Amino acid sequence: MVQKLLGGTALAIAVLMSGSAMAEKRTLVFNTDTSDPAPKAAMEQLITMFEAENPDVDVVVNMFDHEGYKTAIRNFLTADAPDLANWYAGNRMAPFVKAGQFTDVSDVWKENNLAEQLSSSLASMTIDGKQWGVPYTYYQWGIYYNKDLYKQVGVEVPKTWDEFIANCAKFKAAGIDCVTTGSKALWPLAGIFDYLNLRTNGYDFHMQLTNGEIPWTDDRVKATFKEWEKLVAPGYMTANHAALEWQDAAALMVQGKAANYVMGNFAVAVFKDGGMTNDSLGFMVFPEITPGIPRAEEAPTDTIHIPAGAKNVADAKKFLAFVARADVQTAINKTLGQLPTNKNATVDASDPFLSAGFQTVSTASGLAQFFDRDAPAEMAKAGMEGFQEFTVKPDRLDAILERLEKMRQRIYK
Amino acid sequence: MQAYLKANQRRLAPWLFLAPGALFFVVYVIAPIFQSMAISFYDWDGLGEAVWIGLDNYVELVDDEAFYVSLKNNVLWLALYMLAVPAGLLIAIFLNQTVWGIRAYKSLFFFPFVISQVVVGLMFSWFYAPNFGLLYAIIEAITGQGVAILAEERFVTYGIIAAGLWPQIAYVMILYLTGLNNVAPDQIEAARLDGAKGWKMLWYVILPQLRPATFIAVVVTVIGALRSFDLVSIMTTGGPFGSSRVLSFYMYEQALSEYGYRMGYGAAIAVVLFAIMMVFITGFIWKMWRDEKDH
Repeated sequence: MVQKLLGGTALAIAVLMSGSAMAEKRTLVFNTDTSDPAPKAAMEQLITMFEAENPDVDVVVNMFDHEGYKTAIRNFLTADAPDLANWYAGNRMAPFVKAGQFTDVSDVWKENNLAEQLSSSLASMTIDGKQWGVPYTYYQWGIYYNKDLYKQVGVEVPKTWDEFIANCAKFKAAGIDCVTTGSKALWPLAGIFDYLNLRTNGYDFHMQLTNGEIPWTDDRVKATFKEWEKLVAPGYMTANHAALEWQDAAALMVQGKAANYVMGNFAVAVFKDGGMTNDSLGFMVFPEITPGIPRAEEAPTDTIHIPAGAKNVADAKKFLAFVARADVQTAINKTLGQLPTNKNATVDASDPFLSAGFQTVSTASGLAQFFDRDAPAEMAKAGMEGFQEFTVKPDRLDAILERLEKMRQRIYK
Repeated sequence: MQAYLKANQRRLAPWLFLAPGALFFVVYVIAPIFQSMAISFYDWDGLGEAVWIGLDNYVELVDDEAFYVSLKNNVLWLALYMLAVPAGLLIAIFLNQTVWGIRAYKSLFFFPFVISQVVVGLMFSWFYAPNFGLLYAIIEAITGQGVAILAEERFVTYGIIAAGLWPQIAYVMILYLTGLNNVAPDQIEAARLDGAKGWKMLWYVILPQLRPATFIAVVVTVIGALRSFDLVSIMTTGGPFGSSRVLSFYMYEQALSEYGYRMGYGAAIAVVLFAIMMVFITGFIWKMWRDEKDH
């Protein structure tokens, strides 16, 4: 139940009267996984705002643990569907759309002119020419770096991949890991792969690859790994990253043992908790590899959907239109510390990472969702395991790519 | 009817008492086994339509590297987990003395079995952790180069088995301690009069009397090794790149984890694991039945 600020007496009366008051109100059940502090506050704010504008609707929130939600959603969609549910864009929503568990909300997009306002997310929300939900936030990926180490070693922020690799040699000489990562949970490596592939082969190629239209044994895929090998072979990446959580690797950067970290903007909070400030923490766009390729970025999008079994579809659609609005997105993303998907919304200019991110994402030629949302789950898992194996045993590349190719032929048939 | 019940009271009573338990056992244990077998013939993501694909899941399994890695690790687990039996016996014999404060020692040795497997996994993860783990630091101090056990495909399974052995040895130790309590003192005395001591005493007099304890210890250890799921999940989630997977974890990964939802394929793995377990279980049941018949 969403908390409301009421005086003690008023609360008591409200409780006494709730039986009759509830009867007049329509309820909207919302299942969400926004259980971390900032997302939770943002979600509560969103609901307070919505209820203020729609006093006749009572939003009932079921808050799930973030990881547990991924299993729970499969159960509640089929067994006891809420009116609204959080999920992710891209291929992640495909299984639910194909199984008929999400409602087509193309009419909400049409009536509110969302295709124009949410243009950057249109592609990732569309399956079979229809839209299946509304995005409300995303965040940029890029390279976060330790400014003090750059000064200590005496290198500049690189513009190209070659400069980046040249810097790595200097960091290595100083006993610093050039690129750190913690791949125990596999996904951090996918961020590195996505960027290497986006910069080497471009957005369209990357999308075709994650859609299973290109063999993993293709020479262009090998070219991407060739670039990665420039980091792996000389030992520029943190050793033993397979035993580290991503937060452990963030600690290495805070402690001055690692210079760069390819990560999403959510990591800023971890860096700052460790003692880094806007003066010591820097953000850069992943440098150019193949000259002339339009710059595409990684920006995973969080979304809200209407399950097929929803009881109050009319109000749920109202809610989706509400959450797509520019002013609403501005407000909740300020609390979230992330970027609004509505291009008419604004971001907090005092946060250098958000401003940089908004700049980066809004000027990108294309937005990828992240490897495990662009590729189907099974392929994502196999791919990320392959990336991990490659970063530990680069000489096994051909065997890894052949294995992935075998998977591709089975998964996408 | 009434008369029939009265006449067969003695024959019916046990079945009546068994009925509630048996009912639940059938509904929640036996039936799901057959359901799993049925699901293994389908391609199903848990949400949509299940498609009958016959033996395709098994065909894929035969050609799946990850399956063989899991199978190999399961065999490793089975073999090395057995070390818990002699190790538990040795500790039990060591602790089976009448010295002041021995109960405190016994509880300390039993302690690892009391804490949850999840906690054991976390503790060992930190023990092995690169940079700050104790074992890593020790290896680094001796050889100059630390080894991150859980990031190294050659060592990772052994590292997890070692973590699993810690509580398992404690469990086996308790089984043997209770067994040692029941060793007949008159037989020991008689053996001593005949001049037996040391290994001979252990081998010919004590161990035969510990056979029931050994049997239980082997059973729980085999079962423990085959369901080695929690430690793998906590310590490595099957990594690095799948090299520490075991069948039970692979089944979970394929059927229920974030990147899985291949119920059919997961069920096929479960059926294989079940078949392996059946070999042992039939053996145990056969032995128990034979022992019962002899007496």
